[in-house]
Amino acid sequence: MTMQKKKLGLKDKYRYLTRDMAWEPSYQKKADIFPHEDFEGIKITDWDKWEDPFRLTMDAYWKYQAEKEKKLYAIFDAFAQNNGHQNISDARYVNALKLFLTGVSPLEYGAFQGYSRAGRQFSGAGARVACQMQAIDELRHVQTQIHAMSHYNKHFNGLHDFAHMHDRVWFLSVPKSFFDDARSAGPFEFLTAISFSFEYVLTNLLFVPFMSGAAYNGDMATVTFGFSAQSDEARHMTLGLEVIKFMLEQHEDNVPIIQRWIDKWFWRGYRLLSLVGMMMDYMLPNKVMSWAEAWEVYYEQNGGALFKDLERYGIRPPKYQEQANIGKQHITHQIWATFYQYSHATNFHTWIPSEDEQQWLAEKYPDTFDKYYRPRFDHWQEQHANGQRFYNSILPQLCQVCQVPALFTEPDDPTQLSHRQIVHEGERYHFCSDGCCDIFQNEPEKYIQAWLPVHQIYQGNCGGGDVQTVVEKYYHLKNGQDNLEYVGSPEYLRWLAWKKLATPQAPAGTGDRRDAA
Amino acid sequence: MSVNAIGEYRATPRDLQANFNGMQMLYVHWEKHLIFCSPFAFLVAPAMTFAAFVEQLLSDAIKAHPDSARVDFNEAVWTLNGERFVPDYAASLEANGIDHKSMLRLNTPGLNGVQGSCS
Repeated sequence: MTMQKKKLGLKDKYRYLTRDMAWEPSYQKKADIFPHEDFEGIKITDWDKWEDPFRLTMDAYWKYQAEKEKKLYAIFDAFAQNNGHQNISDARYVNALKLFLTGVSPLEYGAFQGYSRAGRQFSGAGARVACQMQAIDELRHVQTQIHAMSHYNKHFNGLHDFAHMHDRVWFLSVPKSFFDDARSAGPFEFLTAISFSFEYVLTNLLFVPFMSGAAYNGDMATVTFGFSAQSDEARHMTLGLEVIKFMLEQHEDNVPIIQRWIDKWFWRGYRLLSLVGMMMDYMLPNKVMSWAEAWEVYYEQNGGALFKDLERYGIRPPKYQEQANIGKQHITHQIWATFYQYSHATNFHTWIPSEDEQQWLAEKYPDTFDKYYRPRFDHWQEQHANGQRFYNSILPQLCQVCQVPALFTEPDDPTQLSHRQIVHEGERYHFCSDGCCDIFQNEPEKYIQAWLPVHQIYQGNCGGGDVQTVVEKYYHLKNGQDNLEYVGSPEYLRWLAWKKLATPQAPAGTGDRRDAA
Repeated sequence: MSVNAIGEYRATPRDLQANFNGMQMLYVHWEKHLIFCSPFAFLVAPAMTFAAFVEQLLSDAIKAHPDSARVDFNEAVWTLNGERFVPDYAASLEANGIDHKSMLRLNTPGLNGVQGSCS
């Protein structure tokens, strides 16, 4: 006689495959098995209150992801076979991908490591499973991103050795140190930093600009990756909100701790996203929206509603959000001007925006672009035309916390650099803002160890004393090919040849010649 | 506790002067000239005179700016680590009180950057 096979309902299946697989330890103390659960001061009274909004189980997860992969790789193949890279809007667009591959994709891997560790450290089975799923998602994302962009590596410069660059190139210490900070925190801070502040509050400012940017600029490979990751990202966002509510509901003592983490990770995220804002405003040949518009929609409106919702737990909006709201009119111009002058040490090209693009910027930034930033670009354009393309030959001062050069201006005066300085145990430290200075002062032992690329070069730890040696030997960039001005670069000339366009009169002093500016 | 850690945690600063092989860091920001996007980070010898620093390093660093030719260092207004500072050009950086990771701000009255835009 055969038994009638019973089909399990979703709820039962979830229970059997997740929480029922946990057990109460009998011969080891729980505190010894999960030694990182208490030191941050977060109090969990009942892990069973953890709700997984998706009830995803491993068997369903594999099946679902495998289907998405099949479609994704079919499109990658078609893209490669059809020389899809020739159908993008303009070769300048690929510089956004260089930034993404060296700056963002390694963070996906960092997230994979972070969630693996956080999942190991929670005694609640629901949280462990959620972290495990997200860890696998992140690993999938880094792999598919690499595959999406590998085709470009055959035809464009600066995409090779991206993992090596992530660990070494000066500006990549901005995203790297962000994730190192999160991963070296306790598991609850890690979730607040990445699941909540990053995945929930700020993700739309990272993901949407890059993926819509790909769509607007004819990059089918990357936009298809975006679609393939979208349902994962939606899951991560929902989880981020659940995480924060769970922690806040567990104990009132958790509120001030979480508030400090929200303040910190909002500010760190905001500084990190200035790179994305630059990409939107300056690197996309076909613009999606301006950084200021994106900030208004995704932070001021959506974030405003979120923090209204969290008010009932005693949570207020992040400290210094007003500064970020003012900064939206300025930071992208300041960041692009920085990369423009340090382009000899980057794996992507920079350029002066065209007249049409400057017109767009002036319309999107009516109070700031013409007044403060256009004169800079006009001056550099003129210098370039005279064979003096501007490169800053002196290394910049970096912020001890965010590691961005100290380039931002005072919220109430865009003509004054914002600079903060303190002495801690006899050593001087410099910061770009009150936000970064506060973060340092809350945990100085962490940030006094910052690996600041400029100081490392000067200490002689980066292969040589002059920038060109560092760039070639330590960064693995080919001088005159991967870096410097776009106009006249090998990539620019190749693009013109593909498109059968005549070479316009390139200003002198471009390409592989570095002007001693 | 100065860091949230699983136990007692002490760390050494990564950028102690001892790590710079006898040299020190000096940052200089030229106010209202934001074409130079952030303060310059110079590696300098503590025994270098202030005059040599200005002539050899600083003047070279700013020479790409059209205002640089009009800078009169006798009229310049300096601050050192946030305090008003009158440099002794003949004395060393060290004797001027410029220690490791000090920050100088240079203000040149009358010079307001490209087209007066503070660029």
